[in-house]
Amino acid sequence: MVELDSDLAARGAPAAVDELAAPAPVVAARGAIELRGLTKRYDEETVVDAIALSIAPGEFFSLLGPSGSGKTTTLMMVAGFVRPDGGAILLDGKDMAAVPPQKRGFGMVFQNYAIFPHLSVFENIAFPLRARRWANSAVAERVSWALELVRLGRFGDRHAHQLSGGQQQRVALARAIVFHPAVVLMDEPLGALDKNLRFEMQVEIKEIQQRLGMTVLYVTHDQEEAMSMSDRIAILNHGRIDQVGPPGEVYERPANSFVGRFLGEANLIEGTIAPQFADGTRLVLPSGHELRAPSASRCSGGARGMLFIRPERIEITPGANAAGGPRYNELAGRIRRCAFLGNILRYAVDIDGTAPVTVDLQNAVGVAPLPVGAPVVLRWPVAESLILPAEP
Amino acid sequence: MTGSIASPWTGSPAAAKAPRDRTLLLLLPAAAMLVLMFFVPMVLFFVRTFMEFQGSVAEFVTQARDLLFSRPYLTALATTNWIALTVTLAVLLVGYPIAYYLTTATGPSVSVVVLAIVLPYFTSIIVRTFSWMVLLGEHGLVNDTLRAIGVISEPLPLMYNRLGVLIGMSYVLLPYMVLTLYAAMRGIDTSLLRAAEGLGASGFYTFRRVYFPLSLHGVLSGALIVYILSIGYFITPALMGGQHDIMVAMLIDRELEVAVDWPSAALMSLSLLVVTLALYAIYYRVTDVRRLIGAR
Repeated sequence: MVELDSDLAARGAPAAVDELAAPAPVVAARGAIELRGLTKRYDEETVVDAIALSIAPGEFFSLLGPSGSGKTTTLMMVAGFVRPDGGAILLDGKDMAAVPPQKRGFGMVFQNYAIFPHLSVFENIAFPLRARRWANSAVAERVSWALELVRLGRFGDRHAHQLSGGQQQRVALARAIVFHPAVVLMDEPLGALDKNLRFEMQVEIKEIQQRLGMTVLYVTHDQEEAMSMSDRIAILNHGRIDQVGPPGEVYERPANSFVGRFLGEANLIEGTIAPQFADGTRLVLPSGHELRAPSASRCSGGARGMLFIRPERIEITPGANAAGGPRYNELAGRIRRCAFLGNILRYAVDIDGTAPVTVDLQNAVGVAPLPVGAPVVLRWPVAESLILPAEP
Repeated sequence: MTGSIASPWTGSPAAAKAPRDRTLLLLLPAAAMLVLMFFVPMVLFFVRTFMEFQGSVAEFVTQARDLLFSRPYLTALATTNWIALTVTLAVLLVGYPIAYYLTTATGPSVSVVVLAIVLPYFTSIIVRTFSWMVLLGEHGLVNDTLRAIGVISEPLPLMYNRLGVLIGMSYVLLPYMVLTLYAAMRGIDTSLLRAAEGLGASGFYTFRRVYFPLSLHGVLSGALIVYILSIGYFITPALMGGQHDIMVAMLIDRELEVAVDWPSAALMSLSLLVVTLALYAIYYRVTDVRRLIGAR
């Protein structure tokens, strides 16, 4: 490990191919990124609004948001292609404002791969090394290391247009990591791949990131992708960060209804917030029915509110009799429709006085679909419920 | 097996071919005009030349050899190619930055530059050449200005010599180079340049390793177009050149107008046509002609 670090510092002899298996992080001590009040305006519109983030060395960090949320602009500012209108970008404590893109030393994977069409696979991957004036022998050694890493060992002589989309993606990845950057920036790198291949590449990228211990700043609009790979996720909306946290946290405890909806199917049952009780907060539905949640710190009594619950957290029982109990919320309703999604049966259940509630059931052995119109009782733990302020 | 599955959706080959055949009819007027006004006269011209020799192949070959290896012709041929080469290089050096500017810049300045390049295109070549004579003559604008500010005491010989020919021809041929390069450069994916920079390449390295190689087919096409047009040039060297700047086209004109020697003129024309066709064959190889007109 120590040897690897010094060899990196010298930027001379590259790591040998058999060090592929070494679990030791190659670059772990470096690669901390800090964004302080980062802002970008185009004309009147503020596309990135005072973003503040602190990313640790070796962390896989995703910027997740819909198109137009400012995630790519943020990444382009970190890369140095877009000049911020305010705030600062720090790499290992050093301000990057005056550093041009080519001197920032980031690895980069672009949305359309940006493979150089006139160069072979080998020369594409060698590009960052040659730009840094590495000796030919060192280039050859390091490129074959990278080719092995992305499992393209035999493809060095090929031209980019002879490769499939997935293979081009691997070339782009190899090119981004071949010079052992401490930080790799990825801009929707899997956007153009079909679903199965995307999943395969997610696993590979994550493995390589962990093996090399590099910091990854990853931009995506695909919440599953972000959740499956990231250590932490920042959810962007209209140029602001709505929430930062590990995947489980942002999924289970969204800061607002936007985050809740963006990360997957979500029920947001509207009602009026009743004053705080000893056993938590209550939300009164238009029908008069009460739902409970452990607490709702940012909501005041009497205000409009929403109870958040994921569809897969709700149990569904045929019949009309509620079991009751202090630890569960319950709602009675009727099946409106059932959608077959393969591994999941997705029910829409009509509830008196509110929008239909979505319930996901695993398509497990012995599960027979409930008929439309059947009376059912929905039931979920109070502890899983979350009361959020109503949307403005 | 896969073919038979696909066919109901893609249609049979015969059905796919039929509309293309009909659209070919649209080319008929143009093709007819080309045949009647260019191809037929040219063939007649060469046939008539051959008739001058009363069908004697031996005499034709002898005279052809004498002419094509004669000193005036070889000198003119060397001059022609040297001028064509110099003009091509000059136009490339001037045109490349302009074309690059056009592909990257935005705003009203682009229209101004495009207009400045294309507008002279619509003006008669003779008018343009005379304009240069007004500028470059012994008492032209350039010499007068330089003398007025005291840079020179004697007028510079800018015209009636090789320099005049090069200036005049480069100016006239510049649009061909710029427009060809522009078409090629516009096809370069700018995200590749960003990728190069992001991966640590300096601006110059990015240009040398990415941009220039990707624009190379445009450079070759533009150079060949300019070269092909240059070797057939006539008016500009005739008006702006000196007595040593005789190009092949001027020699042909002299044979027709002064010596009234049609067979010699025809032979020289034929030789020029062969060179042009050979260059065009290369041009066709290096260029995707469709890409030049913007179809990608």
